[in-house]
Amino acid sequence: MHIMEGFLPGPWWQIWFAISLPVIIYGIYKLNGLIKNKRDLLPLLAVAGAYIFILSSLKLPSVTGSCSHPTGTGLAAILFGPAISAVLGLIVLLYQALFLAHGGLTTLGANVFSMGIAGPVVAFLIYKACTKAGLNFYIAVFLACSLADLATYVVTSIELALAFPAQTGGVLTSFKAFATIFAITQVPLAIIEGAITVLIFKYVIQVKSDVLVKLDVLSEVGLRKIKELTT
Amino acid sequence: MKLEIIVAVIVLIFTAQFLYISSTTDAEYGGADGEAEGVIDELTGGTYEPIADPIWEPPSGEIESLLFSLQAAIGALVIGYYFGYYRGKKQPA
Repeated sequence: MHIMEGFLPGPWWQIWFAISLPVIIYGIYKLNGLIKNKRDLLPLLAVAGAYIFILSSLKLPSVTGSCSHPTGTGLAAILFGPAISAVLGLIVLLYQALFLAHGGLTTLGANVFSMGIAGPVVAFLIYKACTKAGLNFYIAVFLACSLADLATYVVTSIELALAFPAQTGGVLTSFKAFATIFAITQVPLAIIEGAITVLIFKYVIQVKSDVLVKLDVLSEVGLRKIKELTT
Repeated sequence: MKLEIIVAVIVLIFTAQFLYISSTTDAEYGGADGEAEGVIDELTGGTYEPIADPIWEPPSGEIESLLFSLQAAIGALVIGYYFGYYRGKKQPA
């Protein structure tokens, strides 16, 4: 989903920076609160960050004959909310922009928006909606993470389409062109990301389920139900 | 165990699909990120010049792979440590 260095003309790259910056600042503010007041949650924060590190480094071949990678932001979004996920996403995107020439510094704002903000917001909302609807916890996680992954790529397509409207047909035609590359390549990867995130959650419940209650991801009652089901 | 089996099946289907496509077509498996560049060229008639260049590029594909695997290794290390630590803690010494 990285938009390559230099491939967003002004004023678009400035616009995406302007949109992403407040979220990052808010995320850092929230992160500070977490570090000061809830130190016992920090190991899980490291896991969420590390998960994004792994998944966004895996360039997998996909159906259309091109490679793309999952984003892994769903886990962080469900656990810590979208703002903190945006900060974690920024770290990964910086690593890739500086050391891998993957993405870039001018396009950082747009990439942070698609991977660090749009995806996690979608994951967060879907997860909350699913739990409200009383859906099984694992199904909720699966849906949230898969759709967040897809949303990231749809938003990337929108960002590119806005910057490069087609001469005939305008933004919509270019959106279709970009979406066929990104979104369709991404469908199988999104399913895999969802499935693997579900496994991570299963193991978190096994080894340290109390943090999930502390983070408001699960209620006491919900947690007990899942434990009864799996044991 | 049920979950693990479901995930394994999904990964297997994905692998089978990959083997099938890579043996029936001559797909190049370049990055989707790079393909976007081609579409931009098409849409603008090849007139678009990137406004900036990466400040540093990995000198070769191998080095790029190295840095990608380093990224994955850092992540795997942290996750492995977390689960190992708390799993060990739960068992009586």
